[in-house]
Amino acid sequence: MSLSPDLPAIDVRGIRRVYNVKPHPVVALQGVDLEVAPGEFFGLLGPNGAGKTTLIKILTTLLLPSSGTARIFGFDVERQTKQIRRIMNMVAGGEQSGYGILTVREQLWMFSQFYGLPSKDGWRRVDELIEAVGLGEQREQRVATLSTGQRQKMNFARGLLNDPWIFFLDEPTLGLDVSAARAVRELILAWKAAVPGRTVLLTTHYMAEADELCDRIAIVDHGRILALGSPEELKRRVQRESVFRLELDRLDGGPAALRRLPGVVGATSASIQDDGRERQSVEVNLVLEDDTALGGVVGALAGIGSHILALRKSEPSLEDVFVELVGRGFDEESDEHEPPDPDRTPDPRDTAHEAGEREEEQALV
Amino acid sequence: MSAAFNYRPTASPQEAAAWTRRQILATDLRAVGGRAYPRVTGMFREKSWVFFEILLPFLATSAFVFVYRALQAPPEYVGFVVLGGAMTAFWLNVIWMMAQQLWWEKSQGNLELYFAAPMNIMAVLFGMAVGGFVMSSTRAVAVLAIATTLYGVSFAIDQWFLLIAVFFLTLAALYGLGMVLAGLFLMWGREAWHLTQLMIEPVYFVSGLNFPVGRLGIVGSLAISLLPLAVGLDAMRQLAFADAAYPLGTPSPEIEALILVGMTVFFLLAARLTLRLLERLARKEGRLSVRWQ
Repeated sequence: MSLSPDLPAIDVRGIRRVYNVKPHPVVALQGVDLEVAPGEFFGLLGPNGAGKTTLIKILTTLLLPSSGTARIFGFDVERQTKQIRRIMNMVAGGEQSGYGILTVREQLWMFSQFYGLPSKDGWRRVDELIEAVGLGEQREQRVATLSTGQRQKMNFARGLLNDPWIFFLDEPTLGLDVSAARAVRELILAWKAAVPGRTVLLTTHYMAEADELCDRIAIVDHGRILALGSPEELKRRVQRESVFRLELDRLDGGPAALRRLPGVVGATSASIQDDGRERQSVEVNLVLEDDTALGGVVGALAGIGSHILALRKSEPSLEDVFVELVGRGFDEESDEHEPPDPDRTPDPRDTAHEAGEREEEQALV
Repeated sequence: MSAAFNYRPTASPQEAAAWTRRQILATDLRAVGGRAYPRVTGMFREKSWVFFEILLPFLATSAFVFVYRALQAPPEYVGFVVLGGAMTAFWLNVIWMMAQQLWWEKSQGNLELYFAAPMNIMAVLFGMAVGGFVMSSTRAVAVLAIATTLYGVSFAIDQWFLLIAVFFLTLAALYGLGMVLAGLFLMWGREAWHLTQLMIEPVYFVSGLNFPVGRLGIVGSLAISLLPLAVGLDAMRQLAFADAAYPLGTPSPEIEALILVGMTVFFLLAARLTLRLLERLARKEGRLSVRWQ
């Protein structure tokens, strides 16, 4: 199989996108550079309004960049739209596409015709995909009667009709319950793993989803990429010390006894567990300069007669990375979200955020 | 793991993207069939259309029949109004399910999937037209058959071939106009529903659905030169009631058939141009892809 190793699956250079809306132009992307290799599972992670959807629309040829260039497997998104549309597909969260009067099977067949599958091949491919996504029982059910999770599985099957070389997933689990979201994630992973070289670009604001699925992640906010790397690399950026949680049967002298040990940066008492019978335990948060200091701590605890009941290393999350980079959490409003003062020059960061908010709202409708 | 996920018909993205002319044409033709499918299928699944689209137009037609009879108008006027009643189905289909359709598709999220698919967007419009034609034909035939039987309409047809040709040319021009309107309504956005309303009764009137358009004098002549429904209906009336004393002032059916050919070509080219402009504008302004705009 030739994967054109010289050509990146996605090659974005200095992409900027401005929406000319009243009262002020909205800057949704401000100079994004990005390269995704063939076969990579790449995530764009960011809060509402970050510019993720705008970027995915540009890459799927639905929107022109205001400046900059973007290529999909070497094809230019501005001029070679037909070629790109033949090798890609897309699924968005909360998608209500198609016609409720059709059955699942018919709806998928209709879309297969838009990708040029001969009619008989289309029906066969549809039947295979219906089984693959677990909609066998709903195959003759009308689309209008499907649950949200079933509908998204059907959308996922639609996205695979032409076996895309690159698959764009825009918040694919948006609005799904936990089990439906897990089912969709499993399907995505199974499809990706089945044939080498399949490339996926996922946008999400669910950090655990990005962590679970993606080989590499770009953290996006206000139309800019703030950080890029594998989930582990990103987490290492904020992991300056090793953090452990210890559960001990007793700790004479309290956490202060641990703070004096070499390599220990800090030790705090987390909680005291009492099961009401004889057993009592003490939980301690321990911050070490690095993992090698742990040996000394374990030895010292044995020396003072404490038994370790449990030991767990605390890993930083992608949320910690985001907070470190942006200075606020995903769910927190940014300072720039205040209503614009008509007398001041508009800050593009305000408008970029607002544009994204509207984008996301509409995606839910 | 499902075998469906192992499907990989091409060896590289470059191979997958390189389509032959035959593949492009075949995809466009399949897309026509694919988009026509929901309309044809829907016809059999939603029975309410029998009431709304056969019985109600039939009642409107009947009202004019009774008025003409009360006024002791020539008997062929009953035939004129029955023919007009049958053709109403096509105009309503063009207005509600062609002109307004792209706007609806956009609000449903279908439009961006159409644009993101590799077929020509004109194929989608052709599919809508083919499906709409099948739907409306059944309604038109039903109205025509019931009204003809009930009111004893007798046709006098000398030129069968020309009548059939004029019928299909009328539909081609009508659906071509529908394709142009689909693009324009999408551009005008939220006004689409009002525009649809605006284009029903006035078009009925100037197209002479219930009376020969020649009676409108200069307005009728203008309608014949602009509206496919007016010119097509006028030609069909002349051909279907060849023995009637048809009002003067309108061109012969042959001339009107040529006008329809011109209209068809013009509307199809205009639709293609409109869609191209629309897609370019939409990609530039984000109107297709960002639903809040």
